[in-house]
Amino acid sequence: MKTAVIVFPGSNREGDMARALRQATGAKPAMLWHDDHELPKGVDLVVLPGGFSYGDYLRCGAIAGRAAIMDAVRAHAARGGLVLGVCNGFQILCESGLLPGVLMRNANLRFVCKMQHLRVERNDAAFTRHYARGQIIEVAIAHGEGNYEDDDEGVARLEGEGLVAFRYCDAAGRIGGSANPNGSRNDIAGIYSQRRNVLGLMPHPENLIDPLVGGIDGRALFESLAEV
Amino acid sequence: MKARIIVTLKSGVLDPQGKAIEHALGSLGVPGVASLRQGKVFDVEIAAADKDAARASLTTACEKLLANTVIENYAIEL
Repeated sequence: MKTAVIVFPGSNREGDMARALRQATGAKPAMLWHDDHELPKGVDLVVLPGGFSYGDYLRCGAIAGRAAIMDAVRAHAARGGLVLGVCNGFQILCESGLLPGVLMRNANLRFVCKMQHLRVERNDAAFTRHYARGQIIEVAIAHGEGNYEDDDEGVARLEGEGLVAFRYCDAAGRIGGSANPNGSRNDIAGIYSQRRNVLGLMPHPENLIDPLVGGIDGRALFESLAEV
Repeated sequence: MKARIIVTLKSGVLDPQGKAIEHALGSLGVPGVASLRQGKVFDVEIAAADKDAARASLTTACEKLLANTVIENYAIEL
């Protein structure tokens, strides 16, 4: 498993992401800069980390979504290559057209930074084989714009084709109400592309890989990917 | 040539910021504000042979970057 992390001006979670990838794969990811034009040869997984690319100017992820390297990322995804976007990376994937919909300002207008439970919707994707279907995991969220929106047709397509990857829930797995931290449609925390080779999610699995910092529920995602 | 681009949320798209501003106006006692939506304005200086050429390149700018057409509409004033 060869991995690459793309760093944009204003990214700030690339170090955490690199640590998680290294722990799972045993190898350091290649770190790429936004105005690079090519991915390293033979790369299997491209990761867009969290942060505040371009200061969230215009719209979160809008400017990064049109950076030079994104043409190479789109081509990689079109070949069936794996792409993971976390938090700002998810916003960038939506803005770049790799995933449908958009992440809007949290419904309560507050930046939320806390631990959050998620339900793993399926475990037959490259990203989630080491989880059980329906498993409840606890990871960190930290975002002001995580409120997933798409038109009714778009949301129906996601649901109909089983492209919702993770849903916000409470510790008992109950979906909806106060378990939804940001007003996201259908409690969506993460989605797949149609071929399920692109995953975007607001929560930070890369921060839950070491018991020292409160949990290891994020580890299975990277261990799943390491097997590809 | 001077141009102004106005980007607004499509109707039906929730606008929590607009709602918060609307409520703030209410608590300031500004009468008659029935509803408020927030948008963006871009003032652009554009070099183009004529208005049609300017409009064409500003349309490209809107489609490619300035508006997210999933949730936003744009209008170009020349």
